[in-house]
Amino acid sequence: MLNNQGRPTAAGAAGAQSHPTFTGNRALMIEEALLFEIGRADVTGVDLDEPEGIAFSSEVGTGSREENASGKRAFKHRLGGLERKGAIGLVGLSEPETMRHYVRLSQKNYGIDTGLFPLGSCTMKHNPRLNEKMARLPGFADVHPLQPQSTVQGALELVDELARWLLALTGTEAVAMSPKAGAHGELAGMMAIKAAIEARGEAETRRVVLVPESAHGTNPATAALIGFVVKPVPARADGTVHVEDVRALLGPDVAAIMLTNPNTCGIFEPQVVEIAAAMHAAGGYFYCDGANFNAIVGKARPGDLGIDAMHINLHKTFSTPHGGGGPGAGPVVLSARLAPFAPLPFLRRTETGLELVEDRAAAGESRPFGRVTAFHGQMGMFVRALAYMLSHGADGMRQASEDAVLNANYIRAGLQDLMSVPFPDHPSMHEALFDDAWLKDTGVTTLDFAKAMIDEGYHPMTMYFPLVVHGAMLIEPTESESRAALDLFIMALRDLALRAKRGETERFAGAPFHAPRRRLDETRAARAPVLRWTPPEPVRDAAE
Amino acid sequence: MPTYYTKDHEYIRVEGDTGTVGITHYAQEQLGDVVFVELPEIGRAVKQGGEAAVVESVKAASEVYAPVSGEVVAVNAALPDAPATVNEDPEGAGWFMKIRLADTGELAGLMDEAAYKALVGA
Amino acid sequence: MRYLPLTAEDRSAMLAKIGVDHVDALFADIPADKLLRGPVDLPRRKGEAEVERILSRMAAKNVPAASVPFFVGAGAYRHHVPATVDHLIQRSEFLTSYTPYQPEIAQGTLQYLFEFQTQVALLTGMEVANASMYDGSTGTGEAVLMAHRVTRRNKAVLSGGLHPHYAEVVKTLSHMAGDTVVAAPPSPKADEDLAALIDGETSCLVVQNPDVFGNLRDLRPLAAACQARGALLIAVVTEIVSLGLVESPGAMGADIVVGEGQSLGNGLNFGGPYVGLFAARQKFVRQMPGRLCGETVDAEGKRGFVLTLSTREQHIRRDKATSNICTNSGLCCLAFTIHMTLLGEAGLARLARINHANAVKLAEMLGDVRGVEVLTGAFFNEFTLKLPGNAAAIVERLAAKGVLAGVPYSRLAPAAGLDDLMIVANTEVNTDEDRAAFVGALKEVV
Repeated sequence: MLNNQGRPTAAGAAGAQSHPTFTGNRALMIEEALLFEIGRADVTGVDLDEPEGIAFSSEVGTGSREENASGKRAFKHRLGGLERKGAIGLVGLSEPETMRHYVRLSQKNYGIDTGLFPLGSCTMKHNPRLNEKMARLPGFADVHPLQPQSTVQGALELVDELARWLLALTGTEAVAMSPKAGAHGELAGMMAIKAAIEARGEAETRRVVLVPESAHGTNPATAALIGFVVKPVPARADGTVHVEDVRALLGPDVAAIMLTNPNTCGIFEPQVVEIAAAMHAAGGYFYCDGANFNAIVGKARPGDLGIDAMHINLHKTFSTPHGGGGPGAGPVVLSARLAPFAPLPFLRRTETGLELVEDRAAAGESRPFGRVTAFHGQMGMFVRALAYMLSHGADGMRQASEDAVLNANYIRAGLQDLMSVPFPDHPSMHEALFDDAWLKDTGVTTLDFAKAMIDEGYHPMTMYFPLVVHGAMLIEPTESESRAALDLFIMALRDLALRAKRGETERFAGAPFHAPRRRLDETRAARAPVLRWTPPEPVRDAAE
Repeated sequence: MPTYYTKDHEYIRVEGDTGTVGITHYAQEQLGDVVFVELPEIGRAVKQGGEAAVVESVKAASEVYAPVSGEVVAVNAALPDAPATVNEDPEGAGWFMKIRLADTGELAGLMDEAAYKALVGA
Repeated sequence: MRYLPLTAEDRSAMLAKIGVDHVDALFADIPADKLLRGPVDLPRRKGEAEVERILSRMAAKNVPAASVPFFVGAGAYRHHVPATVDHLIQRSEFLTSYTPYQPEIAQGTLQYLFEFQTQVALLTGMEVANASMYDGSTGTGEAVLMAHRVTRRNKAVLSGGLHPHYAEVVKTLSHMAGDTVVAAPPSPKADEDLAALIDGETSCLVVQNPDVFGNLRDLRPLAAACQARGALLIAVVTEIVSLGLVESPGAMGADIVVGEGQSLGNGLNFGGPYVGLFAARQKFVRQMPGRLCGETVDAEGKRGFVLTLSTREQHIRRDKATSNICTNSGLCCLAFTIHMTLLGEAGLARLARINHANAVKLAEMLGDVRGVEVLTGAFFNEFTLKLPGNAAAIVERLAAKGVLAGVPYSRLAPAAGLDDLMIVANTEVNTDEDRAAFVGALKEVV
């Protein structure tokens, strides 16, 4: 006899409509309240015992050791009358509630491990878990920055070894390891330039920094922060900076040029060597924004091109995780001309081992311009970056750059008949740039197109940057993508592009439709900012 | 009441020795939803072409330059709490400030309505 | 290479599709004489096991805090971090996501930032907090610049109790930006007269609490002195656990509060990455540096979060931005916020009481050692000893005996001439055995 009991195993008819649920949840997509709506003041997920044998007296004390009746020492705190008076207003969750709260939040995020993350100029490459494991070795994770140096020789060795790799890959003289992120490294590099100019007695006269219009916003912000005057270098129609345009601006007032290479249009600046030479001849320095270093690791050394300073985003090129916006790490390499001005602290090799020079008086011949952060830099990120470098080796890193460039050009080749390429005369480096000329009269904008990519399961590309290209779309696949993944990505974008051209605007205008949230009202957020949770107003009696 | 325009898209509507200053309809359209306005203090001396106020949308921020030199004699105090007015009625209720002109001769260097319309292609 | 999915066959097929013969055709814009013909002179690729071996060998040369009686603080503190924290921050969707510029697929990051901002505002007693800075020291530099913008003055006064590294960061930034800094001399007993240094040109007074020597300070008179002169009071808190027990800087009148959040959720990591906390009064919000997350609704009216007020930031304002900063400490502030959530109000208060009780116990024990004087009157979990000899040498001798005892002040400020001072921290991880070992060893070396 046939058993017709039990659960049906066919999928059943697929209803076309979405069915509202009681909870608002949609299966695995679960709505999660704010911590402050679910937490309680008296709940904790950490078991701690009250300090044994002592009670906090409310009296102000300076410490006391009288014995009380039970023979225990009476304890008086030594807070000098500054103990907190009221409640803080924090709430807590038990451990299982905490776990669930943050796991559910995590499920609303897109990461590199989720899918292709073609965010131009951000280098969203694979983050190896070996790196995480190594950074958690107690010998790195559980050492204090101010322990005696004799007890951290291995940590100093790691910093020194990473520095050695960075110098070899960039062909430079020195590296300041302490900057905490790319923009911080950029700040340190520009400070070294300013210190060098001061040492030449030209602080009052050399105050202009040249910045191409296509530059990252951090470049002009950094220069302005330390008192330089920013002068833009016009962009040429082919997306590059020309040495004649730089020469026309040079003079005894020019301190430096800040140039991104490969540039923000994804092009290697063909005249970079001439630009560096022109800057040097005019007495200025060449700051290179190293955000796009991933394109040329092992293929060209910035030092050979004539740069004086370049920060390296370890979280881009060397795979330390972006972590939803940090922490980064931004060591800055320096030419021989700038090396003496590197900030404190720095490493020195002595007979007894490695020494961390933390003070000007101990700096010897060097003339450090100062200090950019407490302690010595992002050690946790250094371990991860060195693990990446050791794993790849010199050969693997060269291959990675070649693959990153190959992947970007492959995407460009797969899309350029449908989407317009603003600078067709140059090959792309590690990112392919499109503009929105091809969307003209379709009623679809770059933003709409990017949001429709979300529905297709992709993170959008970088949009509207660089500013010199109208409706820019900057696609950086990195070396981490397989050919099959690239093929599917190209097909998905071709499908969207054809739909846009056919005028299927409804697919785009409201997108994304399938993400945890639809488009968010940024105007409302900015007009009346709500930047923290506040308890709801007590309900008032309506009759009042 | 003659109205003059700058190439940076400010207007100034002159009555006697005082002009009412704001940004043009075209400018508010380019900025998008205005979310913040910073006005100068009353009594401040401004120079033609100098920074006089700040206007921000979600995605852009820009300075509002004084179309003429003079002294700020009034500001639109309602604006910071209702920045949307700049989008809704830029050349009316969305005005920024009134400036007492130091030199009416400066007006000659500004555009009239026809010239400004030609500039923005309206 | 295990991280590279392309095969040799893939590569040639892709080059054919692009229409070039060799990958170097794609590097044609690099001047021919600058294009490297082979790998640079560094070792070749290695398998996972070998990388582990190399790095483990380096790690083994260090003395981890957990392996010895450990009392080192001065701006970075060893606390116990619950296992849950490290598990959660390693979830792919947190670890491998980017800055939440696409809010529809980044609500996880945005919501925890909103929760983090709320926790920091509550802890510091301020109205608003940002989504974090690199660390406490860089945050202090940014706070000084912010005070200059708010007051339109450019002179900062630094307390002699400010961590010398923090003071150096402020001095460096100020020198480069052309601003003025007046730094009070070190004040191990917190007996400096800071109000006398504030004048009509002063934009801000920077005071650390507890200070680098461990002293707890009453900020209220300083807040009043600042207010009278139109200056802002910037309070710096490097041991954030103290706020479970000590009055918040906001309640004592601070205008900007900067904190180092490493103590919660984050390990020592030899100095980084850490997480800078930054909070201020609401009226200064548009002058704040760094990212801010705000609440809004989506097209269907559902609550959601976005980065907001971004017109202050570098990618829009460029050379007129409030700061050049473009990262926060994402994952570290996630760790902070998870640890804070686990503790809750009750747990944080208890943790703070344990820290203080342990520190008082240790101070009393050390004060009994002949020749040793505890200089600090009121403190939280850290205090300063005056030793009968060179503190750096004594610390080395104690290390040789297997005790990591504290930080000689001379390491932070060699030129100060305070060579006999040692800063000692005692947290909840220190046991009675640790304290006994410390006291025993100290008796032997002094």
